[in-house]
Amino acid sequence: MSAHGNAVDPKKAVLWDTEYHGHDVISTRSLGFFLYLLSDGMIFATLFAAYGVLSYSHNYFGGPTPSQFVHPWYTFTQTVSLFLSVLAYGMGMAAMKNRNRGGLISGLLGALVLGVVFLALDVHDMAVLAGQGITVATSAGASAFIVLTQVHAAHIFFGLIWILVMIAQVSSRGFTTDTVGRLLSLRMFWHLQAIIWVFVYVFVYLWGYMS
Amino acid sequence: MLVQLPGGWNPLLGRLALDQIPYDNPILAPLFVAVVVGTILLFGLITYYRKWGYLWKEWLTTVDHKKLGVMYIIIGLVMLFRGFIDGLMIRTQQVWANGPHSSGVFGALHGYLTPFHFGQVYSAHGLIMILLAATPLLVGFMNIIVPIQIGARDMAYPYLNALGLWITAAAAVLIMISLFVGDFAHNGWFGYAPIFELQYSPGVGVDYWIWTLQLTALGTTLGGINLLVTIIKMRAPGMTWFRLPIFVWTSLSANIIALTSFPALQVALGLVAADRYLGSHFFTAGFGGNLMLYTNLFWIWGHPEVYFVILPAFGMMSEIFPTFSEKPLFGYVTMVAASFAIAGVSWMVWLHHFFTMGAGPQVNSFFSVATMLVGIPTGVKVFNWAFTMYRGRITYSAAMLWAIGALFMLLVGGMTGMMLAIPAINYMVHNSVFVIAHFHSMLLVIVYAIFGSVIFWFPKVFGFRLDEYWAKVMFWLFTAGSALVFVPMYMLGFMGMTRRLDYVFNPAWHPYLEVMEVGIAVYCLSVLAFVVLLYVSIRDRVKNRAGADAWGTARSLEWLAHSPVPFYNFAVTPHVNARDELAWRREHGMDALEPERYVDIHMPSNTGMALYIGALTFVLGFGLTWRIWWLSLLSLAAIILLMIIRSFRGDDGYIITGAELERMEKEALRNRAQADGKYVSGGRGQVAGTAIAYGRNGASMGGDPFNSSRDGI
Repeated sequence: MSAHGNAVDPKKAVLWDTEYHGHDVISTRSLGFFLYLLSDGMIFATLFAAYGVLSYSHNYFGGPTPSQFVHPWYTFTQTVSLFLSVLAYGMGMAAMKNRNRGGLISGLLGALVLGVVFLALDVHDMAVLAGQGITVATSAGASAFIVLTQVHAAHIFFGLIWILVMIAQVSSRGFTTDTVGRLLSLRMFWHLQAIIWVFVYVFVYLWGYMS
Repeated sequence: MLVQLPGGWNPLLGRLALDQIPYDNPILAPLFVAVVVGTILLFGLITYYRKWGYLWKEWLTTVDHKKLGVMYIIIGLVMLFRGFIDGLMIRTQQVWANGPHSSGVFGALHGYLTPFHFGQVYSAHGLIMILLAATPLLVGFMNIIVPIQIGARDMAYPYLNALGLWITAAAAVLIMISLFVGDFAHNGWFGYAPIFELQYSPGVGVDYWIWTLQLTALGTTLGGINLLVTIIKMRAPGMTWFRLPIFVWTSLSANIIALTSFPALQVALGLVAADRYLGSHFFTAGFGGNLMLYTNLFWIWGHPEVYFVILPAFGMMSEIFPTFSEKPLFGYVTMVAASFAIAGVSWMVWLHHFFTMGAGPQVNSFFSVATMLVGIPTGVKVFNWAFTMYRGRITYSAAMLWAIGALFMLLVGGMTGMMLAIPAINYMVHNSVFVIAHFHSMLLVIVYAIFGSVIFWFPKVFGFRLDEYWAKVMFWLFTAGSALVFVPMYMLGFMGMTRRLDYVFNPAWHPYLEVMEVGIAVYCLSVLAFVVLLYVSIRDRVKNRAGADAWGTARSLEWLAHSPVPFYNFAVTPHVNARDELAWRREHGMDALEPERYVDIHMPSNTGMALYIGALTFVLGFGLTWRIWWLSLLSLAAIILLMIIRSFRGDDGYIITGAELERMEKEALRNRAQADGKYVSGGRGQVAGTAIAYGRNGASMGGDPFNSSRDGI
């Protein structure tokens, strides 16, 4: 390769690009948010690693193990509500493509309500466990179980706040570069939380129940 | 839910009480008075000169990547000084507290620091040097240089950039506050399980450590995303991947590391926080906790972090060597490949920090071989730099001296690193000061590259060159200090001296420790030389005015912009035609061609929001450290609220009209004509037409009619 790496013929060179207007705002923001989600994925990967290390029998220190305290059928209702929430969000986005503001807002409302249902089921589950004396302080295994599931729940909580904000913004402003870009980012976020929930459900609840 | 605290707590102030202020400490109390007086003086001066408005409009609310970068570098330099003072204290304690007959003052049996205070000093030294000195300095340079090198007007997210800066500043303030309110962690900068558990470290020191690290991790992750998107999305037309300057490539690889590794740190520290605040048992000795889980999680971040800080330094060296060798960089493609190879391998070596964990021969062999693999791409880089200089027309300018110093440090640190990669050797020197000397050699590579870059890019940012004489004085003092401190440290490591000794029991080590103390004194002189350097350079700034290409032989796109770079970087986006665009334009006599016309450009508006949120993250960190729950919740809610408010307001930016742009450009060009090309390199001087690759055929362009500013050099 030459010293100048595929340099063009100097006689034909264009030196300035007067009309260059740079990047597409939505695609730039989406890329950045996608990268943020990668780092979010790393957070969960690390938490799963910690859970894996701390899920041997001695990590429960003689206390209750997941096979005694998880209820996959109960948690399955959480799975269903979160997946339906993602579906509602997707319907809302389909409405957005048709420039249907009302359809989008009903989709977002559906996602919001189902997300609240998910969170309520989760809080109830934690309260039941606490009633049985299972808290983060019970054993290392219980700590890993509760922190992993509740970090996911915290993501859902902040996602719900975001959905609320987007409902307000779309109602007041309609479809602008800002709102559409944010809705696309929120869609990625919401989908990722559902995907991570699949892992939580399989590796923490199902696997924990069977081991 | 929350743990029972061993000490006092009240709902209003949390654990904060008057007895947490170390007013009786003979070292901290005078320092506190000095800091208060200094702060009052500084504020008074700003008020007297009526600079608050300027400060607010031009710096505190700016979203300009260059100013944010400058502030990152100022934070980095201040914290570098703080970390240096910590180092000085460590060295002084060790040379003093040596042998049973050594005296003790200030409540210490030997030396002048009690073991608890000494533990805080070395913990703060490590954390500050890596996360609040090296990282902000490098992020600052990436911030300033990367967008200009790729021909962009700003970063992809100017507001996020400001947010990252102010969160980093919040972390710096938090660790500085720990000097005067409460205490800092004594468990080493990377922490050990279970000593950081509440049971063994009941004070707030570990909490300060957790939240300082969390804030820096957050700031660096945000900055990393921003730089990645900037490099991917904001390149000027024609700036194809294989025309990117190597500094951009290394920034890209470094920030991929940052984005993927910092979350591991945040989780590791989040789990420590869960143990200390919620009473969980991740890393406790009982209840099924796993001590080595912490060490693994930490170094899964910790080792990639090492390459996160070294790769941009490699990029800086790759910019300095070609400029002062008057040759293109040797082996560009292999340089890119080597950067990504290092970034990739960085994920597979973390266990070499604790070969002695007892993982067994298979695991240790894997990590040993992986660690040795790092030597291959790094060796490629070393040879590339050597071949860049080989038969080049080398100018031993101050920046070049620092870069060459970095190369030598890399050889020393790299060779000892290869020794440490062998578990058999590692078992022998584990936790000895040999390891300390090794990684200080490596981090000195970064420091050398940074000071080289400060000199190299200073004229680009401020419009005048730093004084060469004092820059060289500083270089030689710094190099003498490095040799005097770290050569004896390697020797002591072989003699069996372990790290972090608050009392050195073996009098035979005393002579070496004395040499190291002399080295620290020489380092102090180099700090003074740096201050003189800044003073002399600012005094002579008119004489040292720099043109667009401050060195006459620079190669990449940032040197096409004016010096100092206007806030909009390029009035018209340059179209890139070659790797080393500026050198290519110079060879073809096109480096002074102006754009034919100017059109309106769009710029982001200033905002105070990033500053407010940064300040609130400090309040949040402080509230969590002292367990002031109402304050923590309030600041967290305020942060979320401000984010929501900003999302409603948006940022429409503003337009600079083409006519206005033309007026500013004409003025900049007038300044440029006056300043261009005054740099006369060490003894040899420069010739009209300027040199290019492997020879001086610029003269064949004739009188260079486009480049009148170079006439008469």
